[in-house]
Amino acid sequence: MSEKVEKNRDGLIIKQADTPLKMQVEVNEVKYEGDYRKAPVFIFHDWCKKCGICVAFCPTKALGRKLDGSPFVEHPEKCIHCETCDKLCPDFAITGAKR
Amino acid sequence: MKKIPQKEIHKYLRHNKKFPHVWCPGCSDGIVLGATIRAIAEIGWEKDDCAMVSGIGCSSRMPVYVDFNTAHTLHGRAIAYATGIKMAKPSLNVCVVTGDGDASAIGGNHLIHACRRNINLTVICINNHIYGMTGGQYSPTTPHDAIATTMPYGNIDNVFDLCKLTIGAGATFVARTTAYHATEMQSIIKAGFEHNGFSFIEVMCACPVIYGKLNKQGDAPQMMRDLRDSYVPLITYEKLNADEKQGQFPRGIFKNEVAPEYSERYAALVESLQSVKGEGDE
Repeated sequence: MSEKVEKNRDGLIIKQADTPLKMQVEVNEVKYEGDYRKAPVFIFHDWCKKCGICVAFCPTKALGRKLDGSPFVEHPEKCIHCETCDKLCPDFAITGAKR
Repeated sequence: MKKIPQKEIHKYLRHNKKFPHVWCPGCSDGIVLGATIRAIAEIGWEKDDCAMVSGIGCSSRMPVYVDFNTAHTLHGRAIAYATGIKMAKPSLNVCVVTGDGDASAIGGNHLIHACRRNINLTVICINNHIYGMTGGQYSPTTPHDAIATTMPYGNIDNVFDLCKLTIGAGATFVARTTAYHATEMQSIIKAGFEHNGFSFIEVMCACPVIYGKLNKQGDAPQMMRDLRDSYVPLITYEKLNADEKQGQFPRGIFKNEVAPEYSERYAALVESLQSVKGEGDE
């Protein structure tokens, strides 16, 4: 990859790559696999705004956060179906109720 | 308190409106909306039994998303419109959703006179200490020394205690709760809906994007933790001494009394006048 060197108005050198850098985000894999109706916590990612309230107030720390901030079920076996995430989610995007 | 699953909430939402809603990430308005719908679902009212009225502001976007009889009205005049709805159709359960600036600054007169009349409305005042929608101007409930866009060196005004104001003005149900205590909020809103008279519920909320950023209070979970730690139950608050009361605020039901209700008194007056026979009546 060749680098283009430019000088801006203040005389500082800016190094710029030819090809625009792609955003590199590592995303943890969701451990649970199978029917979503049987999953302990169901997250509706289309409505989620990644505020982090459900992860912060989960009493058993069953939820984790991906690098982009969105929640995922890190420990499905820890969920006790207390529905705290239901009540504290401002976007109705997560439910821990038994289905 | 009955557990209401989230699929019950979706029955009350207008799914043809644009979701996710307009509120910022971490805004507590969605929690209040959820608690309000849970309270209504717990009582078991139909959608047509309820009317939700709001003014202008962040919180006043709430009636857009629920499938009740709704009105989105002028800034600060939501209680005036709701009074008209209640007088025209007393069978409706009218609920008013306002913000702190909407209820106490622009609509302050409407609030105190609705309290004085004791008309059967439920006012849910979402207090986030700032005018969020218009960019962070200071409101009557902005704490002393807090920073707002129009008070960049700290607020020099004193704080308006809305619960004490409404108790003084004569409301018969006054309560305060926070967005963190969502289960308690659901039961308090349910008690407010079932109360026959003016009920005022102040919900302390977190505004992480504007108020939290200006005052460096951290992200949304941190502001929720602050709400949890700084609002103590009323019984605990009364036992604290003067030093411990610094930075602590009471929450709970402050006043719950039974008094004659306005629309019932009006109906009784009309009935008594119509029963009197005049000269032309035979």
